[in-house]
Amino acid sequence: MRLLHLNALQRRRLANFKANRRAFWSFWIFLAVFLITLCAEFVANDKPLLLSYRGELYMPIFSFHSEAEFGGEFQTEAEYNAPEVICLIRTGGAEACLDDPEGILAEAREHGTAAGVPITDPGWILWPPIPYSYNTINYEVSTAPSPPDRNHWLGTDDQTRDVVARVIYGFRISVLFALLVAVISSVIGIAAGAVQGYFGGWVDLTFQRVVEIWSNMPSLYIIIILSALFTMNFWLLTLLIAFFSWTSLVGVVRAEFLRARNFEYVRAARALGVGDWTIMFRHLLPNAMVATLTLLPFIITGAIGGLAALDFLGLGLPPSYPSLGELALQGKNRLNAPWLGFTAFFTFAFMLSLLVFIFEGIRDAFDPRKTFR
Amino acid sequence: MTPETAGEPLLRVEGLKVHFPVTRGLLRRRVGAVRAVDDVSFDIAAGETLGLVGESGCGKSSTGRAILRLYAPTAGSVRLEGREISRLDGRELRALRPRMQMIFQDPQASLNPRMTVGSIIAEPLREHTGMGREEIRARVQELLDAVGLARAYASRYPHEFSGGQRQRIGIARALALNPKFIVCDEPIAALDVSIQAQVVNLLEDLQEQFGLTYLFISHDLSMVRHLARRVAVMYLGRIMELGPRDPLYARPLHPYSAALLSAVPSPDPELEARRERIVLRGDVPSPRHPPEGCVFSTRCPKVFDRCRREIPALRAAGQGRRVACHLVEPEGEPGPDIQQRRSG
Repeated sequence: MRLLHLNALQRRRLANFKANRRAFWSFWIFLAVFLITLCAEFVANDKPLLLSYRGELYMPIFSFHSEAEFGGEFQTEAEYNAPEVICLIRTGGAEACLDDPEGILAEAREHGTAAGVPITDPGWILWPPIPYSYNTINYEVSTAPSPPDRNHWLGTDDQTRDVVARVIYGFRISVLFALLVAVISSVIGIAAGAVQGYFGGWVDLTFQRVVEIWSNMPSLYIIIILSALFTMNFWLLTLLIAFFSWTSLVGVVRAEFLRARNFEYVRAARALGVGDWTIMFRHLLPNAMVATLTLLPFIITGAIGGLAALDFLGLGLPPSYPSLGELALQGKNRLNAPWLGFTAFFTFAFMLSLLVFIFEGIRDAFDPRKTFR
Repeated sequence: MTPETAGEPLLRVEGLKVHFPVTRGLLRRRVGAVRAVDDVSFDIAAGETLGLVGESGCGKSSTGRAILRLYAPTAGSVRLEGREISRLDGRELRALRPRMQMIFQDPQASLNPRMTVGSIIAEPLREHTGMGREEIRARVQELLDAVGLARAYASRYPHEFSGGQRQRIGIARALALNPKFIVCDEPIAALDVSIQAQVVNLLEDLQEQFGLTYLFISHDLSMVRHLARRVAVMYLGRIMELGPRDPLYARPLHPYSAALLSAVPSPDPELEARRERIVLRGDVPSPRHPPEGCVFSTRCPKVFDRCRREIPALRAAGQGRRVACHLVEPEGEPGPDIQQRRSG
């Protein structure tokens, strides 16, 4: 059985999209990168994926383990990248680790003993590819920001946090933010445009004026003012940006509904006594989808750009979030650390170009006039 | 005046008017109206077919749509089974939909291209009945049988069918709720001639089978003659003549009916050779500015002074016929000079 049942039109669109090689490959590359960043916790984290201590397996990435559980002193969560903790796990809890972790580790590596006592049950640690989370501060680094080296592939930022880790988490937050904004503003925009176009007349006339006023509100200033009143967080910012970006959709959806509401089959549905809302969703909405799809890339890239701008200005997400805009700001402030600015630039360029290529392909695939070889 | 049935006919239309406002400027000032339907009255008895004929733009479709309340009537009354329906709204109107249905002119445009035939036919059932999935499926198959389509077609899309088959789908959809009254809005105009007969025969069979009442709108006079028991001739939003089929076709009383009928070719070459065509001069006036007096006065070959001043009422002219012409004596014989003989 086939997974998706597609009709002829949808199959043709899919074939058209596949025929556009650039869009097709952009789609797969973006999907791969996005899926990797969705599992960012497994890619870049300061907690090991898996460790073995005295023959027992622990998954610190999912569960809390205090340092005391590994033979240490503190009841707080173990700092897995601290040499003491590494030494404790490797040696199966040798107390000498607390005094001279580096020495004991070297001894364990060379002779298989800890402070002269043979290690009966050596432990091991499986780290993610990047052993730093977006907010891990590496105290080993002498100068901040530090240039790229073997530990930090893209260097560290001004608080000695790993740039690669921040880019991975920042990419995820940007894309999720943009997708959420697109979904929320599409729902509002389509609903508003549908009501205006379908009912027309005074509803349309009044609502159009409301939309005009709403879309002329200086959204950036409102967000700045609100960010002074409330502590900004991801959801609040998503809602705010969505509330100001839905108006761009109203026009096209309204136009499609105005056009399609006089279609013969819509009239037929009315003669059959089908309710207004059913007509709108079953018979009219599919017509408006193509127009909506054409606008979606602008909303998505706009949302990514908007978030970056707000973060750059320091008015977006709070500093605790990994943000590409904040990275760009650091790049601007630290021209002596060019890896920061370049990383931010190339990440944005990569992400936005892929998105634009993909949506260009989707739009072309939906265009009935476009012919393909 | 329809003396056929005792009591109320199935449908009674009285003084129906449909005017579309013409607005101009920012404030949508009303500067006039298109009088699509102007003071139309007729009855249709249960089980009967009334043919509504006229040239394009004469308001026959608007009449049908106003009766079904797809257009809001400007004035007048429409009574279905004795119940006034021209002022119903929202819920009440929806509740009435199962009683009256419509078959549309263009079967291509009136079926949603994104829905399967099964879901198109099932749509009224889902909206108006509490039927379960299986019941609906069974009913859809029943309807497909009734209109002569294979049951397997339920899962196909409209574009996979020919025009005639599509019209059958439209008919099945109209029949889904067992309506009493169906407006057939030029159901055969968009079909090939060879298919037209099939669809007309199907409509006849269904009428017999389900006891349907039709308002059959068409510009095809031969088809109307075949199907309708009574015929109404419309011109510029008004009924010119209304009467039983045979006398109307044999001896039209109104000059416009005479001209219209004289344009029908006859299949018999001898009769065709003798056919006398009445060619009307000029164009149909705009329904925005209909002529004063009789709307046909600008083109009527028999026009005289009174026609340009006074609107002729639709008056009885014997044999259940009604004519709106000053030349026809009330309840009497037509004036001597308007007789247009047509044989065959």
